[in-house]
Amino acid sequence: MSAWRWLVGVLVLVAGRLLRRRRAAEGPPDRGAHAEADVASGVPSGREASAVAPGPQSRSAELVVALLLLLAGLAAAGFVVSYALFSVASLSNELLGGCIALALAFIALALAVFAHRLVPVEELEGDYPGTDADRQREVVEIIEHGGRLITRRRMLVGAGSVAGGALGLAALTPALSLGPLWYTAPLFRAPWRRGTRLVDEAGTPMTAASVEEGTFYTAFPEGADREEIGSPVVVVRVPPSQLRLPAQRAGWAPFGILAYSKICTHAGCAVALYRKPTFRVLEPEPALVCPCHYSTFNPATGGTVIFGPAGRPLPQLPLMADSSGYLRAAGNFSGPVGPSWWGVRLGKAT
Amino acid sequence: MRRLRLLLAAGAFTAFAAGTVALAQPQSGIVRPSSEPAEPSVALGAELFAGNCSSCHGIDGAGVFTPRPGAGDISGAGPSLRGVGERAADFYLRLGLMPLEHIHAQPEIRRVLFSEKETRSLVAYVGSLGAGPPIPHPEPARGSLATGFHLFSEHCAGCHQAVAAGGFVTGARVPPLQRLTPVQIAEAVRVGPYLMPRFSTAQISDAQLNSIVAYVRSTNHPDNRGGWAIGNLGPIPEGLIAWLAAIVLAMLCLGLGRRLRG
Amino acid sequence: MRRAAGTASPSAAIEDPVRFIDERTSSAALLRRALRYLFPDHWSFLLGEIALYAFIVLIATGTYLALFFDPSLAKTVYHGPYAPLHGAQMSEAYRSVVEISFSYKAGLLIRQTHHWAADVFVAAIVIHLMRIFFTGAFRKPRELTWLIGLLLLFTSLLEGYLGYSLVDDLLSGMGLAIGYSVLVSLPLVGGPLGLLLFGAPFPGKALFESRMYIAHVFLIPALLAALIGIHLALVAARHHTQFRRDRRHTERRIVGLPLFPAQVPRSLALMFAVAAVLFLLGGLVQINPIWQWGPYEPWIGTNGAQPDWYLGWLIGALRLMPSFDVVIGHYTVVPNPFWGGAAFPLLVLLVLAVFPWVERRLSGDRSAHNLLDRPRDAPNRTAFGVAFLGWVFLIFVFGAADRVYVLFGVNYETLLNVFRIAIWVLPLVAFVIVRALCRELQQSDRIDLERARAEDEAERAEQELRARAQPIA
Repeated sequence: MSAWRWLVGVLVLVAGRLLRRRRAAEGPPDRGAHAEADVASGVPSGREASAVAPGPQSRSAELVVALLLLLAGLAAAGFVVSYALFSVASLSNELLGGCIALALAFIALALAVFAHRLVPVEELEGDYPGTDADRQREVVEIIEHGGRLITRRRMLVGAGSVAGGALGLAALTPALSLGPLWYTAPLFRAPWRRGTRLVDEAGTPMTAASVEEGTFYTAFPEGADREEIGSPVVVVRVPPSQLRLPAQRAGWAPFGILAYSKICTHAGCAVALYRKPTFRVLEPEPALVCPCHYSTFNPATGGTVIFGPAGRPLPQLPLMADSSGYLRAAGNFSGPVGPSWWGVRLGKAT
Repeated sequence: MRRLRLLLAAGAFTAFAAGTVALAQPQSGIVRPSSEPAEPSVALGAELFAGNCSSCHGIDGAGVFTPRPGAGDISGAGPSLRGVGERAADFYLRLGLMPLEHIHAQPEIRRVLFSEKETRSLVAYVGSLGAGPPIPHPEPARGSLATGFHLFSEHCAGCHQAVAAGGFVTGARVPPLQRLTPVQIAEAVRVGPYLMPRFSTAQISDAQLNSIVAYVRSTNHPDNRGGWAIGNLGPIPEGLIAWLAAIVLAMLCLGLGRRLRG
Repeated sequence: MRRAAGTASPSAAIEDPVRFIDERTSSAALLRRALRYLFPDHWSFLLGEIALYAFIVLIATGTYLALFFDPSLAKTVYHGPYAPLHGAQMSEAYRSVVEISFSYKAGLLIRQTHHWAADVFVAAIVIHLMRIFFTGAFRKPRELTWLIGLLLLFTSLLEGYLGYSLVDDLLSGMGLAIGYSVLVSLPLVGGPLGLLLFGAPFPGKALFESRMYIAHVFLIPALLAALIGIHLALVAARHHTQFRRDRRHTERRIVGLPLFPAQVPRSLALMFAVAAVLFLLGGLVQINPIWQWGPYEPWIGTNGAQPDWYLGWLIGALRLMPSFDVVIGHYTVVPNPFWGGAAFPLLVLLVLAVFPWVERRLSGDRSAHNLLDRPRDAPNRTAFGVAFLGWVFLIFVFGAADRVYVLFGVNYETLLNVFRIAIWVLPLVAFVIVRALCRELQQSDRIDLERARAEDEAERAEQELRARAQPIA
């Protein structure tokens, strides 16, 4: 399929080569051609002396250009016809794209041939525009002259800055309504409270008994908006003997069931990978992994970072099982969820 | 200058060739009895197991929990196979994941060195090591692509990528799934091989598994109506093509803007 | 006034409109100068035009897409022709893009052409930037043009990012989460700024989609168009630079082809060629098949998620960073993503932006230049450019390291450790090597020049001898 592109490219290069060869065969360009070759009238001949003769006319080149343009027209018509003829389901993208690309390519070719054969190509000389010190001086004088009546320039400039600055500020002020600017409390929010039940994506409450080792589950707070960054949690189960949670989280993992925010603390992607060893002797420990930059978190130690760039452990959700065996949150997360910001260590998840 | 270029080219080629050869080393040989019965049997399986598997998985599949030197200077360690059933054996053997070259190698899908008869014998033997789950028989025709895609996105795409093109999880390569048969897909989901989680019927029912299998199989012919799919890998190959196009256009400038004088 | 043989007398068809225009706009003098504006005769001066024409294709295809795209995050259920999405919940935005791709003839073609054009647009800018840098075209009096070009580059990065994030598919949604994280990682102001722009913590208010939309289809294209206009006006005002091919090319005199009739068909040919290539890609090579990724939800992720190529340098940087937040007391002064996502690109922008002035200071050369250097003529600049671009490029390459592992088996952790060192060592090595190479080339040039001069002198001496030896006729 990329052969099309090569074909077009090769065609243009070949066309250029052929034309150059033909030009060479016609003899070297006349170095001394001057104003008689200059089509632009009314120009002092010294300024725009053409250094290369424009070359002879070429009826064959005109024919080639015309032919190419006709072919372009055909291709474009092909686009229109295909569009009309086929249904949406059967209309191939390649056909449409090919038609349009061909039409454009033929026009490009025609223009290339035109440029190399049918256009008087002149190598001209000109002056680089310089700087005009006189005019600069005049501009400065005019501006200074305009300010001649002013005696207390600094006072006026100061006042103007005050007005301009304040007006600019006023113009920007409505942008404050875009969102809560000073009020960063929303960044701490997570919709988990003590007693909130864990439900799966379908809304079915999760029981502790249904959580098995060696796999992972996604859960949400019952009755809350699932799209909120503090909602999704990943639930895994490890043998209680393998738990190495911080002391203050001793009761957070009933039966070894752990829940962590599913939103990576590095850059906010879902921690959607779970690595579980079949044979712990040779294989690494269970870990939650984020697919974006491969931050790896150890669920048995409180979501600590064991690989990757995350700077903060995964916030852990304390769990408890109620009398019916359903899993409920025993409180809010151990820390704010999601990516870190200036104040992320200044408060708790609320 | 030219010699330097030649040297560099030669060096690069040698490195490439050496690397390719190194990576393509075949597994060390299979130990098989000098004469095998015509039909697969548990007995044949036991013999093959003793010769090829027990150095890591222990006599009678009891497992070896501290690496110990085994036959031919290869140290062995491996999980117990008691109770894993025919399901796990069938999966690991048919995809060439086992036997492993050495215990720290990652099981990778490879050419199977056992014959069909030998594979069946081994599977039967491992299945006989304590009651374990049989080979599953999924029915993808009864599944729905939409359900399959949804479940795959939730449980699988994080490691296997949205169209099962494979990927990376810390410590392991995750294989693409196009070559797997429906049975193998179902086995993988239930077994949870190597570092992969295992999903029981409580988490993914058999009906849901049918849908997942149907979706994975469909990744063999994804809807690529946009043209050449460049591997369905996303922005990396797309970026390469974009640069190729930009360079082609730059070369076109060469043709268009050629100098007047030679 | 003699005319070249074969041309007809000036036709009324040309005279009348020209007179019409000048009578109403007084622009004959400007037109006269513009028609004979000189372009140096070298192919590398066309490179910037590739970007310009890609931009035109973007505007054209983008206008079409804007007429069919629904910038709304309202939830809907899919009932279209693509089976794996049947009954799936998604936003109207995502659904409308799937509809463009599946249910409108030429919809997918235009969508893909638009996306390819964006990728090629940025690539063309980078190629053009390299030409400008390595030939020293950014020097006085063209520093402003250089700065505007840099602004164009970085603005187009943002524009592309917003463009593909509008679709609300899984891949771009993940990318948007990362963008949000980089934003909130800005020291002190990040958190409030993120809340301000998104309206709420990620994924933000539904209105954020509308903000992205208006930025992508109006605000930023207007900015880009204005910047391109100023950029081109500045180029024309000071005229193009030129290589010193022979004695006629000086700092005062420019030699080249006039805009009309020589350059116009060439540039137009390039424009159609660019459009042809982009539509060819749009028709033949699939890009961003969002139906395969599925709609975005904050709790799912796919392996192998990547941004479009021109943001790949950022994902490489983010992945290379070791794990630390800079914490002082309880203040998280610098969260981790700041380094890779904000500091790194800002540093690159800064280094490139101040380079003209730094070079002036370090080389002592404060004069204006209309003549270009060949890269070898400025060994320090060329070496620095190669080293600096090499540093960025190596970081960019690492962004694909996980895919390299999957495809070629080279361990990711190994690559990580190797690259953490290589990105610093290799550019230094490159600097030394390239500078030596440039000096070698300059040396061999000098030798060639001297040899040519010596040969010239020898020939002249020989002619003189022969002339003296001739008996006077």
